[in-house]
Amino acid sequence: MSILVIAEHDNSSLKQATLNVVAAAKAIGGDIDVLVAGENVGAIAEAAAKAEGVNKVLVADNAVYGHFLAENLSELVAEVGKGYSHILTSAGTTGKDFMPRVAALLDVAQVSDIIRVESEDTFVRPIYAGNAIATVKASDSIKVVTVRPTGFDPVAAEGGSASVEQLDVVKDAGLSAFVSEEKAESDRPDLASAGIVISGGRGMQNGDNFKMLEQVADQLGAAVGASRAAVDAGFVPNDMQVGQTGKIVAPQLYIAVGISGAIQHLAGMSDSKVIVAINKDEEAPIFQVADYGLVADLFEAVPQLEEELKKAL
Amino acid sequence: MKVLVAVKRVIDYNVKVRVKPDNTGVDLANVKMAMNPFCEIAVEEAVRLKEKGVASEIVVVSIGPKASQEQIRTALALGADRGIHIETDEEVQSLEAAKLLKAVVEKEEPKLVILGKQSIDSDNNQTGQMLAALTGMGQGTFASEVAVDGDKVNVTREVDGGLMTVALNLPAVVTTDLRLNEPRYASLPNIMKAKKKPLESVSPADLGVEVAARLSTLKVEAPAARQAGIKVADVAELVDKLKNEAKVI
Repeated sequence: MSILVIAEHDNSSLKQATLNVVAAAKAIGGDIDVLVAGENVGAIAEAAAKAEGVNKVLVADNAVYGHFLAENLSELVAEVGKGYSHILTSAGTTGKDFMPRVAALLDVAQVSDIIRVESEDTFVRPIYAGNAIATVKASDSIKVVTVRPTGFDPVAAEGGSASVEQLDVVKDAGLSAFVSEEKAESDRPDLASAGIVISGGRGMQNGDNFKMLEQVADQLGAAVGASRAAVDAGFVPNDMQVGQTGKIVAPQLYIAVGISGAIQHLAGMSDSKVIVAINKDEEAPIFQVADYGLVADLFEAVPQLEEELKKAL
Repeated sequence: MKVLVAVKRVIDYNVKVRVKPDNTGVDLANVKMAMNPFCEIAVEEAVRLKEKGVASEIVVVSIGPKASQEQIRTALALGADRGIHIETDEEVQSLEAAKLLKAVVEKEEPKLVILGKQSIDSDNNQTGQMLAALTGMGQGTFASEVAVDGDKVNVTREVDGGLMTVALNLPAVVTTDLRLNEPRYASLPNIMKAKKKPLESVSPADLGVEVAARLSTLKVEAPAARQAGIKVADVAELVDKLKNEAKVI
């Protein structure tokens, strides 16, 4: 077997999710090659070559891949990937965008968002917003798979010594063009890979009150998230959403503030190592999954938390 | 311009999902079904394009058993003009759904196809992208804003870390994210009017597509339950536990 992993990166650094996907590839077994497609990605290719278990790094370095447009990327991946038994990438928004296109171009099914590998053709994935877990067997000759990064412990970022090979494949489908992007500027860690996450729900009442969470986050080196209810209410942007329709996180510590614990939200964070819930409603379902629950008014508890952390850290 | 919207009949999002005791799937007997929430957003966006004078006709299509016509009628009540029901009792997976929709696209030749980004049953997030690939169209997935401009459409997409805007040649495929719009409710007069709107029924064979599952589900289980922990009395105890017991700060 031979597995092609499509690296996730932002043209400046390799995303950790790529190491989780390589771990999933190792669980399948076989030679693992990594494709780095983007613009000016030499350093990223070098980083990928150092990852544990990687055999070869293929580099497609061209402006047509610079913004990860699915139309161009999918043609590249379908052409490079057709010689492999498996094509894997992270189930981030880039992977979710281009990978089904790859599957369609190869006329094969895609298995989305796997959390476990049972065998070379059988995978485990959540369905119904995580209310059910399906074991799925793929019958196509090429398995196209997206991987939920939190389902797999990452391989080591250092220690490997894969060869690096430049590809001269330029695919410009001519269907789409990049116009602009608006990246949320933040000094805090990335939500998807942060070790500690503090999230607010509808109980926060408005967007300004999220500043309280940000202050606690800055003490802990944490990322700030939100429930879908808080996003739907317009308190914060959607890229902060934790849940089945947002980000899936599994940090060491997850602090849920003013979040009732809808199943939609639990699907996005219930694999966290330690869960803390702060909510004034002692019947809130979030307490059923919390390791430590505090029944309190968040507008008193969160400032106190900031004070206590000052003393403790 | 003509807009095609695809909608799916799924378990109502308010219903508590239960896994069947024999682990063959999810229990759908006597469960309330509804239009997939992301598909409602797709219908709403099409209706708004029509209200702005950008869209001239909205065709709504659904794949599934006879009962899927309920969801088509809902879309007609919300403002779609005409329905196409691709009737099948077989399980239709994403690739086959995309092939069926491709056949409809070839017949109807819409300028814009709008779908939900994913259905809340299988959570695959595939069909729109696959349809775009099969028809050779560009795609604007996870859309939070759609602006048609001449022979192009600008789509603002919800991506990790922020927003990204792409310009696509028309015809194009758009898949909806949560914040694109807030769907309206159908009024009673419109529900009555929808019953008279045309709804055509075709089979996959009529469209020349063989529905064959590529993925087989071996079992479906309930997720492992997480145990509730303890309640702490105050913030000081919480911080103490996190530092000295859980050792996570």
